[in-house]
Amino acid sequence: MAKTSVKTVVSDEVAIEIANMNKWYGDFHVLRDINLTVYQGERIVICGPSGSGKSTLIRCINRLEEHQKGRIVVDDIELTNDSTGIDEIRREVGMVFQHFNLFPHLTVLENCTLAPIWVRKMPKAEAEAAAMKYLERVKIPEQARKYPGQLSGGQQQRVAIARALCMSPRIMLFDEPTSALDPEMIKEVLEVMVDLAESGMTMLCVTHEMGFARQVAHRVIFMDQGQIVEQNTPELFFSQPKSERTKLFLSQILH
Amino acid sequence: MAQARDIAFVRTEDAPSLPAPSTFVGINGWLLNNLVTNWWVALLAGIFVLLVANVLWDFVHWALLDAVFTAENREGCVAPTAEGKPPGACWAYAKAKFGQWIYGFYPVALRWRPNLVYLMFLALLVPLLIPKAPAKRLNAALFFIVFPVLSYFILYGSPLPYALMGFLVDTVGMLLAFIASIAEAVGYVLDAVIGIVASSTFFTKFFSWIAWPLSVLAGGIERATTSLSEPPLRPWGFWIDYLLSTVIILGAIAWRGSKLQSNILRPLGVGLAIAAAIAMIIALLGLPRGLPIVETSQWGGLLVTLIVAVTGIVASLPIGILLALGRRSNMPAIRLLSVTFIEMVRGVPLITVLFMASVMLPLFLPSGVNFDKLLRALVGVALFSSAYMAEVVRGGLQAIPKGQYEAARALGLSYWMMMVFIVLPQALRIVIPGIVNTFIGLFKDTTLVSIVGLFDLLGIIQTGFADQKWVSPTTAPTGYLGAAFIFFVFCFAMSRYSMYMERRLATGYRR
Repeated sequence: MAKTSVKTVVSDEVAIEIANMNKWYGDFHVLRDINLTVYQGERIVICGPSGSGKSTLIRCINRLEEHQKGRIVVDDIELTNDSTGIDEIRREVGMVFQHFNLFPHLTVLENCTLAPIWVRKMPKAEAEAAAMKYLERVKIPEQARKYPGQLSGGQQQRVAIARALCMSPRIMLFDEPTSALDPEMIKEVLEVMVDLAESGMTMLCVTHEMGFARQVAHRVIFMDQGQIVEQNTPELFFSQPKSERTKLFLSQILH
Repeated sequence: MAQARDIAFVRTEDAPSLPAPSTFVGINGWLLNNLVTNWWVALLAGIFVLLVANVLWDFVHWALLDAVFTAENREGCVAPTAEGKPPGACWAYAKAKFGQWIYGFYPVALRWRPNLVYLMFLALLVPLLIPKAPAKRLNAALFFIVFPVLSYFILYGSPLPYALMGFLVDTVGMLLAFIASIAEAVGYVLDAVIGIVASSTFFTKFFSWIAWPLSVLAGGIERATTSLSEPPLRPWGFWIDYLLSTVIILGAIAWRGSKLQSNILRPLGVGLAIAAAIAMIIALLGLPRGLPIVETSQWGGLLVTLIVAVTGIVASLPIGILLALGRRSNMPAIRLLSVTFIEMVRGVPLITVLFMASVMLPLFLPSGVNFDKLLRALVGVALFSSAYMAEVVRGGLQAIPKGQYEAARALGLSYWMMMVFIVLPQALRIVIPGIVNTFIGLFKDTTLVSIVGLFDLLGIIQTGFADQKWVSPTTAPTGYLGAAFIFFVFCFAMSRYSMYMERRLATGYRR
């Protein structure tokens, strides 16, 4: 994919480089010939019909899924079977899941401090101070001592964002962060994400929140059947979609 | 025809809050709602109550009202009661044999040693079980590491009047021997599995080859310590040991002291003075140096039951967890080994495992190395219950949603961190009922060790039936009732504690 299609390049420094990447589930060719370069500070929204491989794509970036062909380079580290490299990348790449995946047996604060303490070897007090800072940023410091089960879906997802941020990642992956939320809670999560975007975080976001895409994305990528079908700046993507499939998709989600 | 109804309504005074009708609350309400809801339920309930009362009445008569509580011998337990009925339970017999039930054939004069172990066990276990008790880590270390070693030496005694050094060395030797015996057992089990398709001795040889240096080392240590306890070193054995111990302790003090960068001469001097003072007191007063050996064949009763049960329980959980993780591992070799072990052990009865451990295992050990019968039974029971535990734990692991694993991995946690902090705490909580079920099953399965010639609680009670002094028609029922009662107390306590733990862990936890 040519760099020129990107209108606003925040930095020349490459954060993620995916080249000729292919992935199969058994015989099913789930990702086909993926080429994508993400620059530091860039915000990308990935959309597409369900089963188009968008979640699988971002899960390949922190090796929750393994690709079979091609190259993925994150922060100058290539993803191979070498587990040190994988661990190093996971430390730098935060992820937020559709179903939050908070640890239900730990308090909100413990959810946030576990990885910094054990992976980053941060002293406990320091990790807790940092966690409180991020919990304030997602506007729920008062819930720190509660268990995830006592929070609403929107609050849980904001905790999940704070938990990922506590590792001070350079890149954040969002896998449909608002799809499992009640309508009135989507806004509070999106606000946190917009705030994060404004801080200059590199973000890859699988979402169908087109308003969010318009507001913060540098690039919108449309995927279908395991391929990147079209990508463009949000303005051009929404106003002048080129491919028929994109047009069809947009006509169905934008009423 | 239809009159206009006045539908407007305003409440002018509050309706009073009344107590619930007596037909719904209290004992009366409960009876009405559960036992006499209609005539046939009442009839069934009545018949059932009568049946239960009848059985209970007979039981109370036999076990308490007609029971003989004091008697010198069987005469008291066979004589008819005042009403001319046959006598009930012969508790006098139970009283006379109670020491044996608790200690087996452990010498009466030395029963303070098992008592001391019982006491330590309680003193360490109770605070461990109370969530609010402080110093859990120290408590656990004492209970799981220091206590087993210490109780072994207290119960078994030592050939030498041991000071610290011999104690430590002997512990190391014992551990080496233990590991070696497990390796041998694994080899034998693997061969037995493969032997189904083709006769094989590969694994037996392979593992005994691995275990060989351990066995030799263990044997060497044993010879070294026995040589200290035999002439010509016998008179000096204790003092050699004492000297070495003093050197080790002072060395440890010096090492710690130099780390803290304080003046180490002072504590060294004090330590040396104390050691010399103790030595003089021992020498001058002629204090007993050490504990006479009590062979494990003399142990018995509740002592053996508890040793086997506690060892099995304490060993089976960690081994079971490792096996469960191994079975779900991505590494084919580890998975195959775990599956083989679990399926093999689950496929045979415990009695077979015990027989194998006590009869077959010695055939594969290098000559000159012989393990205690009790130790072999312990290994057998521990490995057996581990296999069951592994499957219980696996059930818990599978109940954890995939998202938990993914979230842990995405945060950069390593496999072991993920398991220890995220997966196992949740998985084990789910399977507490299953774990305790296995524990209780194991506790009762300890009665099978009597098959290989150990006298557990039930075994020793049965042995007592043959005593001519107490032979009577009620001796055996009384003994069995006593055994049932003791087993029930332990199993019921475990069951209640697990329910308490479940409730406790469920607080503040809602998905």
